[in-house]
Amino acid sequence: MSDEQHSPNAVDPSAIETAAAVRSGDLSAVEVLETSLTRIEEREGEIHAFNLVLAEEARETARRVDDAVAGGADPGALAGVPVALKDNLCTKGVETTCSSRILEGWKPPYDATVVQRLAAAGAVMVGKTNLDEFAMGSSTENSAFGPTHNPHDLSKVPGGSSGGSAAAVAAGFATLALGSDTGGSIRQPAALCGVVGMKPTYGLVSRLGLIAFGSSLDQIGPFSNSVADAALLLEVMGGHDPGDSTSLDTEVPAVSTHLDDGVSGMRVGLISEMMGEGIAPDVAARTRAAAECLAAAGAIVEEVSVPAVVYGLSAYYLVAPAEASSNLARYDGVRYGMRVEAPTVGEMIEATRTAGFGDEVKRRIMLGTYALSAGYYDAFYGKALKVRTLIRGDFDAAYGNFDVLLSPTSPSTAFDMGSKTADPLSMYLNDLCTIPSNLAGHPAMSVPFGRGGDGLPVGVQVLAPALGEVPMFRTAAVLEAAAREEARS
Amino acid sequence: MTEQSSPITAAEVTKVAKLARLTLTDAELERFTHQLGDILGHAADIEALDLTDVEPMARPIPLTNVFRPDEPGEPLDRDDVLSVAPAVEDNQFRVPPSLGEDS
Repeated sequence: MSDEQHSPNAVDPSAIETAAAVRSGDLSAVEVLETSLTRIEEREGEIHAFNLVLAEEARETARRVDDAVAGGADPGALAGVPVALKDNLCTKGVETTCSSRILEGWKPPYDATVVQRLAAAGAVMVGKTNLDEFAMGSSTENSAFGPTHNPHDLSKVPGGSSGGSAAAVAAGFATLALGSDTGGSIRQPAALCGVVGMKPTYGLVSRLGLIAFGSSLDQIGPFSNSVADAALLLEVMGGHDPGDSTSLDTEVPAVSTHLDDGVSGMRVGLISEMMGEGIAPDVAARTRAAAECLAAAGAIVEEVSVPAVVYGLSAYYLVAPAEASSNLARYDGVRYGMRVEAPTVGEMIEATRTAGFGDEVKRRIMLGTYALSAGYYDAFYGKALKVRTLIRGDFDAAYGNFDVLLSPTSPSTAFDMGSKTADPLSMYLNDLCTIPSNLAGHPAMSVPFGRGGDGLPVGVQVLAPALGEVPMFRTAAVLEAAAREEARS
Repeated sequence: MTEQSSPITAAEVTKVAKLARLTLTDAELERFTHQLGDILGHAADIEALDLTDVEPMARPIPLTNVFRPDEPGEPLDRDDVLSVAPAVEDNQFRVPPSLGEDS
């Protein structure tokens, strides 16, 4: 356990410990939940991590978990563990908004696959967390229902787009949370809130019931207070789903059983392009310290150039909006969500979209429509797809010599609320280090590694090739142990 | 980085908004033109690359046909689906008339 300062609730039992105690009958799921609900009552007013708290539903689930244990049944690997869900994951009969007016009040007729798998493992869903509208943003300030505040400093953003999930775990509202990551939306808020956040290999976790943003980039992944808890959650929710055509028909890498393998002899590359311009000196210094600690643990650490990653931002902000403009065409006021009445169907659709979408969503839809339109397709979208090939090629070359790569997660620690909302490009620059993994379809995760000059959490990113989750988690576990050791001394 | 006059004009933004079924106020048009210009200006770095011989990559894993046995599955409940629609009549989604559009 790390010191209390490191994370507001770092002295809490882990998901692994909680589930073990609940399964053995030593701890009741109802008690565990009440601790979460009390914290929510105390601090949710100032943090606003949730769009919806499901207190009564959660109490009912927790009672069922306790009854199962009392009856001699095993509720599963997440028995009684409080989990928060990003509000772009469909929950049957429970409002799912994407933090957008256009879906306000919508109750999906089905559960996302990940929600079903968590329920089957005995998890207790405590609420739906706030996000940037349709997961478009890096600060959770683009929510139609108001921003989320960073639990470490309420005047700072929690990062985004999964800022509510990151804040919920950091504040001890839930032991685990789910987010989605299209360009860094799990890893960047994890870094800014001082928790672990992980984006799996594209296709490893089913997206059935994740409301689509950028379909060639989106992945669901875990938030937790420890690397081991993230591993457990990945193993529970991952694996093939016939309901998602992009789901890989492969076993989830056995990350939990290899967590303690260490990094002796492992080859680690520090990405040169992510250590210079645009990266705050204190964040770069912490990343170098992480590299040194891996070397001290027996890894072979060198700097490596991955030249094409510098084009990642431009490629991403053409590809993701292009896909979003297609995916968000479905919000037309016909089948679900908001409708603004008008005399003709064409006017109804336009009035509904104009009233229902916020500014950032409109910007990205227009940017994507432009990038895909006749005369610009080749210059923008077509070129961005070719840059993806370059980025993956450069990663492949690097992974010929290295098992994992290392970089900062976010260029800075948590920034002031409101400081970047008027300048979208400055907001986009937060995704500099996280975007390339989405473009390539590779896994990457953020691990808390001390604090910046301002005393706020810094996250270090471990990147791996497709299905390289085992070496990635091994590296993350060593960094976590070193950071906790450092915090104690 | 190439500094052109403006990567996107107000007239182009108006056209794109129409294609995307969005109505913009004059103030929004001015703001979005400026902001989209900034973003497209940043994209000039890849516009300048010579990528003639590079294959495009639309997705991380190749698309393959996914087959299943041709047997009825469990459909969503019709009442559940219709109950969240803005307007329904005779078990169908109800919309305003399309005639008169663009006239």
